[in-house]
Amino acid sequence: MEPASKLDHNHQLSLKELPYIVRWKDHRCTRCGRCTAVCPVKAIEASVKVKRVVYSEGPVPTPIAGRKIVHVVEQVTDIERYCTGCGTCTLVCPNDAIEPEYNLQNKFMHYKNRGGEGYKRGGRRNDPSISTLDRLKFTRISMLTDPALDAGRHEFRVRTLLGRILPSDELPLKKMNGKLVVDKESDKFIPPVREIFPIMIGSMSVGALSPPMWEGLAMGVAYLNEVEGLPVVMCTGEGGVPPRLLKSRFLKYIIIQIASGYFGWDEIIHAIPHMVEDPAAIEIKYGQGAKPGDGGLLMAQKVLKLIASIRGVPQFVDLASPPTHQTKYSIEEAVAKMIQSMSMTWGFRVPVYPKISGTKTARAVLNNLARNPYAAALSIDGEDGGTGAAYNVSIDKMGHPIASNLRECYLDLVRQGKQNELPLIAAGGVGKKGNLAANAAALIMLGASAVSIGKYTLQATANCLGDEYNRCNICNTGKCPRGITTQDPKLYRRLDSDKVAERVVEVFKAANVELKKIFAPMGRSTELPIGMSDGLSIDDKAMADRLEISYAC
Amino acid sequence: MCRLAAITSNIYFSPMENILALETMKEGHDGSGLGLTLKDLGGNFAELKGYPILSGICSKKGAKTLDDFMDKAGFKLKEIWAPKIKPVKGITQRDHYFARVYDYPTSYKNKPMREKEDLLMNIRLTLRKMGEPDESIFAFSFYPDVITLKEVGDPLQLAEFFGLDRENIKAKIILAQGRQNTNYAIYLYACHPFFIQGYCSMTNGENTAFVPIREFLMSRGFPGYIGYNSDSEVFTHILHYTVRQLGFPLTYYKDVITPLKESEIEQREDREALKLIKQSLRPLCIDGPNVVIGFTPDGSCFMVHDAKKLRPGVVGGVKGKFALMSEECGLDSAIPKRDKSKDIFPMKYDTVIVKPHAEEVKVWNQLQN
Repeated sequence: MEPASKLDHNHQLSLKELPYIVRWKDHRCTRCGRCTAVCPVKAIEASVKVKRVVYSEGPVPTPIAGRKIVHVVEQVTDIERYCTGCGTCTLVCPNDAIEPEYNLQNKFMHYKNRGGEGYKRGGRRNDPSISTLDRLKFTRISMLTDPALDAGRHEFRVRTLLGRILPSDELPLKKMNGKLVVDKESDKFIPPVREIFPIMIGSMSVGALSPPMWEGLAMGVAYLNEVEGLPVVMCTGEGGVPPRLLKSRFLKYIIIQIASGYFGWDEIIHAIPHMVEDPAAIEIKYGQGAKPGDGGLLMAQKVLKLIASIRGVPQFVDLASPPTHQTKYSIEEAVAKMIQSMSMTWGFRVPVYPKISGTKTARAVLNNLARNPYAAALSIDGEDGGTGAAYNVSIDKMGHPIASNLRECYLDLVRQGKQNELPLIAAGGVGKKGNLAANAAALIMLGASAVSIGKYTLQATANCLGDEYNRCNICNTGKCPRGITTQDPKLYRRLDSDKVAERVVEVFKAANVELKKIFAPMGRSTELPIGMSDGLSIDDKAMADRLEISYAC
Repeated sequence: MCRLAAITSNIYFSPMENILALETMKEGHDGSGLGLTLKDLGGNFAELKGYPILSGICSKKGAKTLDDFMDKAGFKLKEIWAPKIKPVKGITQRDHYFARVYDYPTSYKNKPMREKEDLLMNIRLTLRKMGEPDESIFAFSFYPDVITLKEVGDPLQLAEFFGLDRENIKAKIILAQGRQNTNYAIYLYACHPFFIQGYCSMTNGENTAFVPIREFLMSRGFPGYIGYNSDSEVFTHILHYTVRQLGFPLTYYKDVITPLKESEIEQREDREALKLIKQSLRPLCIDGPNVVIGFTPDGSCFMVHDAKKLRPGVVGGVKGKFALMSEECGLDSAIPKRDKSKDIFPMKYDTVIVKPHAEEVKVWNQLQN
């Protein structure tokens, strides 16, 4: 006799448990098969079914029940092949016959741990609520007592400084004939400082990103700098740099990241004698907003020939970056020595700064850096930051929101009088709802010198399908349906790097205009209004108190 | 908006000249406060130039506290000047308006001026702190050869109230400001001009970059950078920080508050220094709309604008007497007999500096240094 479990399907999931239910319209479907072919997770399949039909022939209704063989597109209930809601099926369907629909009742998280493995994915924290950044409003509007500036007429300088800035009372200056000159006899170290656009593209590696995606970003950044005069910089992430770029003059727009796996650094070091330009900066990654305290992982399927050669590793092996830099054991080792070594590598001509994930301990790191004259900045990546691959629990639950973390760090610097000496770079959820310039401006007014964007860039420039309802988010699998986070040529040829570059340019030009549209009515144009907290309000008293800004409702 | 009237001369003159200039420039309600700072004093004070003068207001209770405190601090009272108050409708009279001349404590007599300045400032700040909660003491300045008078009301009425038309009080440099406050509360400590260790300034307009500037100044570890009941007080402190603390020539004040663009800096001979200054003093950059008029301890007077020149300002006069005004009618009132064609309307790159004793006026262009 058959066991009951087989007969009643008791151990199978129903579609109701899954996060997305595929709505397929029989009457519109032409059975072309494109949807099933394109589905990155094989969540739908073509199936043949016997259907009971009742029909009538002849002049008088004479219903006859019969059987008919029909071809259908069916969603599977296998948890390993759950529909991610990416909607690629809808994109390719010529007849609007198929669409995934978000299922509010889903119990996906109860089951996505088969084989004792926690749910792993890419993307961002799945939190569709309105973030603190989006709740901040610009409420100090210059009106009559101080005229608003004209974003179209007045001169604007939307620029920031990346690099350690000397305190004014330590400048090696002397008076000569009523003028100030730099005292050449002074042995004071003048740290390198770059003037950049205050929104930068955050660290996303070659490897995590597909070749056309990375190339598109790099081309867009080069165009912004060379043609538009907008000094946007981008960070490589941990994964090395394409060899040609290392030896090109465009390297000056690139921040090279070093992280705990040191991937690509053998190649970078060997390329140093051939470099014609210094990189914009070096970022030492200690943490990431999306998965604080967790290491990186590039899965074997993404380690193809190009990636293997750039990273200096064999093909098709999992590339794990440990959670911490294994050779270091204390903050002095981890931070001071690493900054020192990196600075020395480029003859102290390149700013070197660490990046950490948002955490309650950020101030401890900050205070260590404040005492280190070679530390060029501190980048803090808040909990809303994105990733190519991590455990869901890390992405969703670990980390600190950026707004208060950044604010307390800035106010700590103010207390020490070092707010202008050590720039803070804020990241994690900037542009989460598409309000890039507003989020950036809000963070700047809370005290950030610059902001860093990752996920937003992918969404805005390459139409990344992910959203806060766990849509798609399969960056880790190498099956990105847009061709953004994959090394599979069949997938990444879908992405046109020129189009990505064009969008990068459009995004930054628009952000530049919008930043001016925010700063101008607040009467600011010449310098970035870093820490101009009187310009901000929020509609929650507790948040207002925490951020030390005003409450407005 | 505020009205500003500064006059510098090689002979002593009455503050009424400033008041009348303010009256000429008056528009609407200018009754949020009048401030007068007199430097290089004449009359009885001409004999007491080396002795610090404490200017302020106090209640009867405050007077006692003040005396006890100064006594304990080792300051010996040499002279008291008080305006002969004539009650005027609309002005609430306080108990004592005073300028008290002191002799330094014995231990300080032979100390260098810088140390004396620190002592005087700290005394002023302590008095301010003591008197602020119950408003029993207001201390505006404590410095040799400088008097400050402040009160809330219409400038002309206040002149009558203080009896400035009758008093034999004169000076060679007088800064006066009639206030129509906008953003911040009407309060005596919000009245311009602001004074710190020989540096004084008054400002027209608002300062949209006030909060980051205030935070920067307050975190310099210098006890004098407090107050900020007006967003304009930071201009005085930036001046003090730039010239006294950092030792920069006065012309660099403009480079601090309105730094040049990178391309413009390249044209300057001192570009290397300028780049560093721009970076290190980035939080002190203003966006206007402001005109700043002030003086430095050596008796130079100056006027600068924000880089967009969103507020008016004019300098004119004759050798031996120049006026720095927020409007031209004020200048006409103060120095009618002058060659008007030589009046200077400083533009975005200009700093106008009138040398001590009003000897000559120079326009310093930021682009050419």
